[in-house]
Formats: sequence, structure tokens, C-alpha cells
Amino acid sequence: MRRPHSSLRNTERELAVFRRRSLLAALIVLLLMGTLVGRLVYLQIFEHDVFITRSDNNRIRVEPLPPNRGLIYDRNHQVLAENRPTYNLTLVREQADNVNQTLERLIRILALPDDMYDTLQKRSRQRQRPFEPALLLSDLTEDQIARIAVNRYRLPGVEVEAQLMRYYPDSRIMAHVLGYVGRISQEDEKRIDSGNYAGTHYIGKTGIERFYEQELHGNAGVRRVETNARGRILREISRTPPQPGKDLTLTIDKDLQAFGARLLKGKRGAIVAIDPRNGDILAMVSTPGYDTNQFVNGISSKAYQALQQDTDLPLYNRAARGQYPPASTVKPYMALDGLETGAVRPSDTIYDPGYYKLPNGDRRYHNWLRWGHGRVDMHRAIVVSNDTYFYHLAHELGIDRIAPFMHKFGFGEDHTLDVWGAGDGLMPSREWKRARYDKVWYPGETLSAGIGQGYWLATPLQMANAMSVLANRGEWVRPHLAKRIGDRDIEPPFPDTPPDIELENPEWWNLIIDAMQDVANKTEATGPGREYTMAAKSGTAQVFTLNNDQKYNAEELKEHLRDHALFSAFAPVENPQIAVAVVVENAGWGSKNAGPVVRKLLDHWLLPRLKRKDKPGLLDQPVRESTQDVHD
Amino acid sequence: MKETWSRWIRRSRRRYQRFNWATLNIDPWLLLMLLVIMAGGLMVLYSAGGESMVLVKGQALRLLLAVAVMLCIAQIPPRLMMRLAWLLYLAVTLMLLAVDLIGSHAMGAQRWLEIPGLFRFQPSELMKLVMPMMLASYLARRQLPPSWMDLIFCVLLIVIPVGLIADQPDLGTSLLVAASAVFVILLAGLSWRVVGICALMVAAVMPLLWFNMHDYQRQRVMTFLNPESDPLGTGWNIIQSKTAIGSGGLWGKGWMQGTQSQLEFLPERHTDFIVAVLGEEFGLIGMMVLLSVYLLLIWRGLYMAAQAPDTFGRLAGGSIVLTFFVYVFVNVGMVSGLLPIVGVPLPLISFGGTSSVTLLAGFGILMAVFGHRKMSPR
Repeated sequence: MRRPHSSLRNTERELAVFRRRSLLAALIVLLLMGTLVGRLVYLQIFEHDVFITRSDNNRIRVEPLPPNRGLIYDRNHQVLAENRPTYNLTLVREQADNVNQTLERLIRILALPDDMYDTLQKRSRQRQRPFEPALLLSDLTEDQIARIAVNRYRLPGVEVEAQLMRYYPDSRIMAHVLGYVGRISQEDEKRIDSGNYAGTHYIGKTGIERFYEQELHGNAGVRRVETNARGRILREISRTPPQPGKDLTLTIDKDLQAFGARLLKGKRGAIVAIDPRNGDILAMVSTPGYDTNQFVNGISSKAYQALQQDTDLPLYNRAARGQYPPASTVKPYMALDGLETGAVRPSDTIYDPGYYKLPNGDRRYHNWLRWGHGRVDMHRAIVVSNDTYFYHLAHELGIDRIAPFMHKFGFGEDHTLDVWGAGDGLMPSREWKRARYDKVWYPGETLSAGIGQGYWLATPLQMANAMSVLANRGEWVRPHLAKRIGDRDIEPPFPDTPPDIELENPEWWNLIIDAMQDVANKTEATGPGREYTMAAKSGTAQVFTLNNDQKYNAEELKEHLRDHALFSAFAPVENPQIAVAVVVENAGWGSKNAGPVVRKLLDHWLLPRLKRKDKPGLLDQPVRESTQDVHD
Repeated sequence: MKETWSRWIRRSRRRYQRFNWATLNIDPWLLLMLLVIMAGGLMVLYSAGGESMVLVKGQALRLLLAVAVMLCIAQIPPRLMMRLAWLLYLAVTLMLLAVDLIGSHAMGAQRWLEIPGLFRFQPSELMKLVMPMMLASYLARRQLPPSWMDLIFCVLLIVIPVGLIADQPDLGTSLLVAASAVFVILLAGLSWRVVGICALMVAAVMPLLWFNMHDYQRQRVMTFLNPESDPLGTGWNIIQSKTAIGSGGLWGKGWMQGTQSQLEFLPERHTDFIVAVLGEEFGLIGMMVLLSVYLLLIWRGLYMAAQAPDTFGRLAGGSIVLTFFVYVFVNVGMVSGLLPIVGVPLPLISFGGTSSVTLLAGFGILMAVFGHRKMSPR
């Protein structure tokens, strides 16, 4: 072999150099291998716990299992709110190759309006964690489901998901009682436990759905699933089943509610009927109603605007929130106040010339009957609803003795157990006026209060409740809508029940109720042909204040300035089963316009029950008889 | 009958005793260790590839081909290799130039040279073999230790192909080629003083290198320094591979039981990151076994190179073995988060044909060098 530049000696030296260097290299190799081993020991032994957790977090996903919402029944087990299976369209953004393109395709495939694109974009982001399906569209039609099925391969990440959706079969008549559920908004998220609602799409927004949200919703379950890197579920590791929401039975009688709604058809008004024995709210009607089903999946802004701008205010819960001057319906309570405080005796009389003048005053406070009722005592004052007598009585009492006594009947405060958003009404007082207007209380204002006018405002619910307390001779039960939650009965005594009213002389109850019976008997609508005893008081609330010399002429006034017709009653007098308050807005004279409503309602409720009087055990059983026709 | 049987055994035993590995220039120890690594690799590949026999069959076929190539190369006399080195060097450099001009693209880089209708290959892979041969061949004709002039000439020989490969861009391969060249020069006995000066010069040039990097290469370095900065983007690979290895623990999760790989959290799990699958499923024990076999292989390789009869054989063989180690170290280092991510496969285990053929061809050269020692005068 030819070796041009190396000699034998050089070869020996070269070999030695090579051996030294390759030995050095081998040592370095050993050192670096050691480094690798060290690194592996660090990762696999010392940091093992960290990485095993991380790898479990990678593969294990915790999925919420939303509970089924409890159903709502009326007192006769008729369904008022149910869950219907519907089909929703969901999107997992991570699984869509191109979200924008997928959404555009969806709009084309389903022939949606183009302006839906932004809405869908927004909805596709509304979720709490990656890989969670976001709700795009709900309540798909059969046709839409078919179109999606055919185009599935073009829509990665899009799924049709079966889901239970709230449905209200009698939504128009039940709207204000039940309220409705709707999509969970950012505002709602503040008041909920996000873990429990992780898989839930709907939440109670108003009414019973809102008040009993916690019970109706139930508790979410969880399942732990193993997923691959793309989020596809491979298997279930463990499962805690959800606890479904509790079914709710209401005190409402759907039949009575429907009957009441028919009585007020075409009018603006409210009916509240309470069973005085247990505080069950049997009916709570507010007309006009509206269709709550359109709120479940989000009402269109157009439809919502139409509802809001309707001058009849269908969204307004008149029964629980409507504030009306209680007018002459408060006269029985005023009389009781007078007796209890000793301001008058039952036999005391006054002379009514058709008006009342404050001592040292010039202004005439007119009786509704311009020429006056002549000499009246307490009984007659209630029967003919004499204003002058009560102006006098109010002046004798003074506002400081009126307001506290009326609070005992529940005026000025909400005492309902579970009526969401029930109004407080307004029981005026000297302190209230100073706080509100920074003005002193004028004696003339006491006179207005004496006939339930002026600042005094009450909800129909409060009026019915006061009537119920009166029917019970002062015994209080808080009015409530829930009769049973799951298997727990909602029964008195309820917490925070106001104290029962105990009069110095219990005979005074009967004195006043006697007078109210006379009212019922002598009123054209409630008197003739009645088969049960009834105590009642009408009222006509002024909406528009007349000048001193003006005469009220319904024909001349615009409709919405006309008087509200009020009528409160309970029956039977011996063992009261129902107390009612009716308000018909701008209908005019109370006894003439609200009275018939009360009569028909009580007939409808009591007649079938009284006919079975010989079978006492059946008295409270549900009654299913054809409802009589009501002629409006 | 019995008679015939025992006679047959006796005869075959005699034939076996006459059989000499050396006549075929095969080193049985080296071959055994290579086969052990490849068999283990196929097993891991089966798990990493989603239990697909197709993948394993394809890889086994490629490895078989690569072993055949190795055994063929082992028959070539080293003298011939030394003479042909110049020619090969020129040819491959020209091919690299051609790749730069007309090569086809894959994964955003231009690495492949295609001969239409026949096959396509990466000339840069060939350079991994040709570079140590070229330098060994050059230095074998010079007075050793190399002089400054030799060194400058060598650097020139290195810079041209390495620059072309880095330009493709293929940082991993260019580093490996450069490393193989440096090993030749170091093994040739370059004085430590010169080595020190050169190291200082390289350190000074480093910042320049940073500014010449592609964005994705810079990104890789940044990701290496702080993988948590972008856990779902560029940091994903390294976080997932560390998680895979770390969660394997001492004994591992068991063959085909690795959640990181089976559930596809681990990217590139049958190519560059396959060692993470091994670490996850076989734990520290499995990793130690693998690294031990690699170490034995390198030890045996260095021994074989030291036994070579001539300078060319020693230098080329030693460089090939040390380059093999660089593969192992860079790959395991990057997957376990010690080094930034460079596209270097785990030798003989990562899925892919070209690198296996190159590596085994290298061992073919080593076997040739070792096997031909008895015919050369000492």
C-alpha cells in the first residue's frame, strides 16, 4: 500500500493518538449518556407524579350530566309545565376544520337568513371549556334534521343533539303564575353555581320557574370520560348520575284559572282567589296574558318589542304587581280600626249632607252620592259605601292609627310565601311622606286614605289576602303557590307569618261581616239566586282626580282615565272556602262591572262542592264538571 | 434412520465450525446489537403506529433492505472507498446543488431529489457518509497531525455541502454532517490548542447564525427555552413528550398502554418522538435497556475502528460511530427536553427508510474496515 506522506514511525504515533482520542471520545459518550440517564431519572422518578397528573388531565375529561327539570302540575295534577324532547344543533369549535366555513355552510343548508351568521358566531363561543358543544340552534324541525343528516360529512363538529325543552301547554292563562325559563344569560351566571349548571341550557327567569329554580333544576351529575387529543370520547371511566329536579304541584286550580281568564277576556284586569283555610292561591289571573313558550329559546327582538309596546301591557303581572287604589273595599277594615281603637261605636251615627268638611276647612270632600245618604251608622255606611262616614272616621282616627292597623291586614308589605316579584303596594304614613316628599302630612290626605284613595296602593293579591284574613276572623296564613315539592307538602304554619289579629271584642268581626253580607245581598250581580252565603265589598278606584266642581262623566273621559272597578268577597260566610279580589281596569263602577265576575267565579267554585255537602269527605276533592258558559 | 440423522447433525456441525463470519466481513457482535435494536424498535413502532401491521411491515422491509446494503458495502475494500471518496464527494455536492435548484418540496423544506418514474432520495443523507470518507481520505494522505493548511482546506470541504444542506433548510442533517467532519479532524489528532482557538471562533460566529436562521428554527429555540409560553402551539410537542416520558415512571404503563401515544396527544410519535412512546410504555427500565444497547454498540464500533489497518479506516470508522452517538444523544435529548427540537430521528427505531439505510451503510463501511484488516500489511 502506498503511503505518500507517512512513515512507519508516524503510523505508530497516529495509532496512539487515535487510541487516546477515541478513548476520550468514549469517555465523553459515557458522560453524555449519563446526562441522558440523569434527565430520564429526573423526569420518570422525581417528577413522575407531576407528569402522571398531567397525562391524566390530558386524557380524562369531566362532563356534566344535566338533570331533567321538574314538572309543574296544578292542584288536580294537570300538567302546567312539561319537558318536550326537541332537537338542537350544537358545534364543537375544536372539531370544526374551519368554523367560519362551517357556519356559512349551515346557513346555506338550512336556508337561514344571512344575518344569522353573526348570531351563530356568537353562540358558538358561548361555552365554558374547550371541546364543549355550544348551542347554535334549538328546536329543529324534521326537515332541518334531515338536511343536516344528508350534509353531515361536510359539517365536522356539528351535531344534532336531543334535548328536553320546557313547554307550557296553557301558557297564555298561566304566564304570570309560572313565568318561564330561558337561556342562561351572563347575568344569570352570577347567581348560580356554574358547576351545577355546566350542562344546563335553561334557567327560570320569572314566576314560579324562578322562585323554585333550585328545586326544579335538581343537581347535575358528572361522568369522567377518556378522550383522545381531538376530544373524541373513547370510553366512560365513571359516572355519577344527576338528581332530577323535583316535581312541583301548585295550589292553582287550572280549571278555575282558565274560567277566570275567560271572564276577563278582552279586558285588562286581575283576579286573585285564595283559600282562607290554608292560604292556597287557587287562581291568579292577569289579563291580557302572553305566550311564554316564545321566551324559552329566546324571543325575537321584534316580537319582544311588540309585547313591550302593547298598551295593554301583557307582560305586566297585574295580580301580583299591579298597584291600584283599593278604594271602598277597605271600608270594612277601616270600620274595624275604628271599633278596635275606640274611635267610634257601632251605633254612632253621622249626618251626611253629601260631603264632609274638615273642621276649620272650606274644601268639601264629596260622597259618591252627591245629595248624601242622610243619617248613617256603621252598618249602613258599609252597605251603601258611604264616603262621608269614612271621611269622618278617618279624621277621628288620624293617619297614625290607620297605617299600623292596615299593616296588620297585610297592606304595604308583601307577605306572600313564594310569589316571585310580588309588589309591596303602598300604605302611606306621616313618616313615609316625609321620607318620600320631605313634606308634612295634611289632614285632607287622611280623608282620602279613609276611602282607600290618595297615596294608598294595593295589589289584587293583597286585597284578596286581606279578605282572606277577614274571612278567618283575623287568623293569618301566608298566601302561597306551591302545594307540594317532590314529596314534601307545603303546609302552614309558614315562617314569618304576621301575627293573627285579635280584636278586643271578637263580636266586631261578625258585625262587619254582617254588613258585608248585606252588601252581597243587595248588589244586583251577587244577590239574587245565590245558594250560599257571601260577604263582599265593592270599590271604584279613581284614576283621574276631578277638580272640586267637576262631575265624573265616564262617557267624556278617555278610556284609560276611567275608574277601575274593584270587588272583593269571600264565601261561604260560616266556613269560608274562598276569598276573591277582582280588579277590572277602567271598567267603571265596581259593583256593576267587577261584581258579576266575582259572582260567576264563586258559583263556579262553590256550587259543585256544596252539592256534595252530604258527603263531607269529598268536599275538597277535585271537581271536573263542565264549566258553565260565561257571557261577557 | 437414526444413523442417518446423527450423521447429518455431525456433518452440519462440522460445516458450522468451518463457517467463518470474518470471511464475509461481518462482525457478529455488531450485527447482533443492531438486530436487537431494530427488533425492539419494530415493537415500539407497532404500538406507536396505532397497532398497524402495515406500518411495521413496511419498516421491516426497509430495514431488511438496509441490512442488505450494509452487508454489500462490507465487502468493498477500504482502499477502493478511499480512492472513490473524491468522486463521491463531488457527485453528492453537485446533487445538493441540484436539490437547491430543482428539488421537490416536502414539509416546507426542499430536500428531495427526484428521478422521475424511479425514486426520489435525499442527497443530504448520502453526504452523511461521504463527508467522513472524504475527510478521512484527504487526511490519510497528509502528514498527521493536520497542519493549519490542511485544516483550512478541510473547513472548505465542510462548509460547501453543509451550507447547501442548511439552506434547504435542514438544520438537523447539516449539523450531523458537520459533526461527522469535525470528528474526523479531531480523531486525526488536531492539536488541542487549535481546537480551542476554533471553538472560540465558532462561539463568536454564533450570534450571526441566529440572524440567519429561519423563523421556525428561531421559534424552536425559543420554545426550547420556555415551552410553557405557547403550550397549544409550538410548545405542544415538547410538553407532550415530556409528559409521556415522565408519566411512564420506573416500569412504564405497559406495551400499547401509553395514553399519551395511544390517544394521540404525542405528535410525531412514530418518527422523531418515538422514544417518548418507549419511555411512556416501558418506563425508565426500558430506556436504560435501550441506552445500554446503544452504548455497547458504540463501544464495539470504536473498538472496531481502532483495529482498522489504515488511517482512512480508523478516521472514517471512528467518525461514523461517533456520529451515530450524536443521533442518539440529540434525539433523546430533544424529546426529553434537554435540547431544542431538531429534526433528528432515533437511529434504527424511528419510522422512515432513508436514515436507516444511511446508518446501516455507515456500519457497512465500519465492517469493511474491520473485516479487511487481516489482508492489509501492518
